[in-house]
Amino acid sequence: MSKLDRLEAESIYIIREAYKKLGKLALLWSIGKDSTVLLWLVQKAFLGHCPFPLVHVDTSYKIPEMIRYRDEFVKKYNLNLIVKMNKKALKDGMGPEKGRLDCCKALKTDGLSMVMDEHKFEGLILGIRRDEEGSRSKERIFSERDSNFEWDYTDQPPELWNLFKTDFKKGNHIRVHPILHWTEIDVWKYIEREKIPIIDLYFAKNGKRYRSLGCQPCTGTIDSDADTIPKIIKELENTKISERDGRAQDKEDMHAMQKLRAKGYM
Amino acid sequence: MERPSVKFVCVGHVDHGKSTIIGRLLVDTDSFNQGRLESIKKVCEAKGKEFEYAFLLDALEEERDQGITIDTTQLKFRTDKQDYTIIDAPGHKDFLKNMISGASNADAALLVVDVEEGVEEQTKRHGYILSLLGIKQFYVIMNKMDLVDYSQERYEDVKSNLLDFLGELKLTPQLFIPVSAKLGDNIAKKSEKLSWYSGDTLLGAIDQFKVVSNLIDKPLRMPIQDVYKFDDRRIIAGNLESGEIKKGDTITILPDNIQSVVSSIEVWPEKGKAGFSAGEAAAITIKDDLFNKRGQVIVKQEDQPFVSSYLSANIFWMGNDDLKVGKKYLLKLTTQDIECEIFSINFIIDSSTLEHIERVNGNIKKNEVANVIIKTKNHIVYDLFSDISPMGRFVIVDNLNVAGGGIITEASKELESRERDVKSISISPNESLVSLEERNKYNKHKSKVIWLTGFVGCGKSDIANHLERKLFDEGKQVIHLDTSNIRFGLSDDLDFSSKSKSEHCRRVAEIANFFRKAGFITIVSIGSPYLKDRDYARRLIGSDDFIEVFVNTSIDICMKKNPHGVYTKANDGRILDLNGVNVKYERSDETELVLNIDSEELDMDDILNKIMDVVSDEL
Repeated sequence: MSKLDRLEAESIYIIREAYKKLGKLALLWSIGKDSTVLLWLVQKAFLGHCPFPLVHVDTSYKIPEMIRYRDEFVKKYNLNLIVKMNKKALKDGMGPEKGRLDCCKALKTDGLSMVMDEHKFEGLILGIRRDEEGSRSKERIFSERDSNFEWDYTDQPPELWNLFKTDFKKGNHIRVHPILHWTEIDVWKYIEREKIPIIDLYFAKNGKRYRSLGCQPCTGTIDSDADTIPKIIKELENTKISERDGRAQDKEDMHAMQKLRAKGYM
Repeated sequence: MERPSVKFVCVGHVDHGKSTIIGRLLVDTDSFNQGRLESIKKVCEAKGKEFEYAFLLDALEEERDQGITIDTTQLKFRTDKQDYTIIDAPGHKDFLKNMISGASNADAALLVVDVEEGVEEQTKRHGYILSLLGIKQFYVIMNKMDLVDYSQERYEDVKSNLLDFLGELKLTPQLFIPVSAKLGDNIAKKSEKLSWYSGDTLLGAIDQFKVVSNLIDKPLRMPIQDVYKFDDRRIIAGNLESGEIKKGDTITILPDNIQSVVSSIEVWPEKGKAGFSAGEAAAITIKDDLFNKRGQVIVKQEDQPFVSSYLSANIFWMGNDDLKVGKKYLLKLTTQDIECEIFSINFIIDSSTLEHIERVNGNIKKNEVANVIIKTKNHIVYDLFSDISPMGRFVIVDNLNVAGGGIITEASKELESRERDVKSISISPNESLVSLEERNKYNKHKSKVIWLTGFVGCGKSDIANHLERKLFDEGKQVIHLDTSNIRFGLSDDLDFSSKSKSEHCRRVAEIANFFRKAGFITIVSIGSPYLKDRDYARRLIGSDDFIEVFVNTSIDICMKKNPHGVYTKANDGRILDLNGVNVKYERSDETELVLNIDSEELDMDDILNKIMDVVSDEL
């Protein structure tokens, strides 16, 4: 069994476990490579079906190509997509210039919280990975958030083998992280192997490409000539720069991600 | 060929330098990206601290402020030979649950010891946890050699101290490696200061770790995770824990013991996959439209797991509330979720001293390890951890929280055949030091139960007496248990109601089973008209050792013999529950011998010959 086969099987097990054990579920789709791989794994788990809706929290600041790609993809695979925008915060003038962390909290975390409330979702499947940054490296695969959306990262439950904690207090919601143990390179190798249609912002044009996707004002490109998947993999095998280097919000504070994520950020 | 990918965990006492070793490994193999290194330097500056390798892993602000690992982390790095996932585990006792979470996913381990401090409480406890989790590949890293002036003598002292402890656990580390993680001695490069050490550096040594899985060669185990009906297919989904499955295979579904045939292998988006093997996320359809559900296990007829309500296990308890005997918990084993209780505790161990803890109420406290017998509400399907590891491990959920974990060491055979609830909890079966095989060898024959059943007056007691005499004369160990004699003593509280008859029959079966285990050919003569009672005896004793003889004397003859006038009383209505008169005798398909008797005078020689024809081969 190859490493990708093993990763795929472990992730499918987690997805099926969430579907069987948790209440109303949604898949948080950011349109980026990780959550698109996740969406692919969901369809593998359910033999071509996606038995729960996708949620996209739209900040209105996304790179325009992402929205175009999103709508085409949904049509092609006949998916049920819920788009949520925190319109009140936008109306009140929220934007990155008001402070990046406050902006992330209002437009992403609060937007997510609103859509969870509206649809009474009890479980949320996300494509985060341990190797992205420090606070994610400490995550559990089934990770509880209390009714205030908060994460108690100093007292997480034990997680032994693949026997997950799937029973939770009413009112709390569960973050499920099926590709937590994948690396950035694993993700690209899997995209290549499975021929998953991925947004082309990741491929180099004029010596630049996006390595991580987010909101336009806070996401930068990297210098790169990698315009194919094998070239991207090669580039990643030799780079010394971290994946989220182009993401401005991470750099606002030494433990910016930890602080955002403790309050419910993805 | 694909590069091997190994996961190893770093464990040991708090402050012995686990995170530093890992940080050093990552830096020395140039595995850290600039961004991360830069940001940590900034953190150290801001906090007014010297640069610490541990900060590479201790990502939480609380961890950096307190200089302690709270939760487990996983990090990747690579050497020329293999890819690695390093699992860092906290060494502080308060975070043992996080250490176990990390270690449960590892293929191999590094047990880190500070040579200056020597073996400490968590060094031992973590060693014990490694042995429990079945992690056999591990090295001991003797860290902080710089603090003892690279002294070989000190190294040997600590080493022999630790070997004494590990020896009691039957754990043998493949290597002991002296290092100084802080200064980089023997991490990636050999250190001149440790010239007395001729072995590998840490980096060289971990390249010898291997991922070994033989689950594909084990019998098929496919626990059903879920059943889907998104379209007209009824798809059974679940990961294969071991073995292989393909289209056309005949399968058995446990615990219900139903047979069927695999009619298709389901995958998306490609088609035409032939089958699944161990580790894969399988989806199949089967031929018969059976009712399948999560928790059933698909196996092959010829190689079956245990199906039982009892299991013996080594468990470790992480719950804040004590684990109590008799309290109801949820047990999760593969996809089986089932109510359970601790039936008995064989012993509790302080995992850092290996001392048995004597405790009156028997509760198991947080961070303790115990050997217990667990009783599940319904039958559960499992293997021993040493045979098929994923089928032999479980967690215990207490009030929504995973509070304990365990591995199955034994199937509780003694309790397996019992269907009744045992009321006295906190007991466990005693294993005799004299085996049945030894007794049989001594007696020069096997032990059996010959169960003579029939109406009152059918002649079963008489036959039993003669049979006992005959076998004794042949030099056999033999005893006759007659229903009347037992009713005068052990069963003197019972009347002849159907309920009492069943209870009496159960008691006789229990006694017969004791004599069987003592090596006796045990002849039982008892009316036992109810099939369920005789079947109970058969299951308790075991079908192989149970020979049922139905003494089928016609009711007319029995009435003519009319022992103690019972038939007269029954016909007068004075006895309301006499077999053959007001109670129907239920015949069995499994009876080994039926003796048809139609005369008042018994031809005893003929009868004994018929019985011996059946019995002789079995002895």
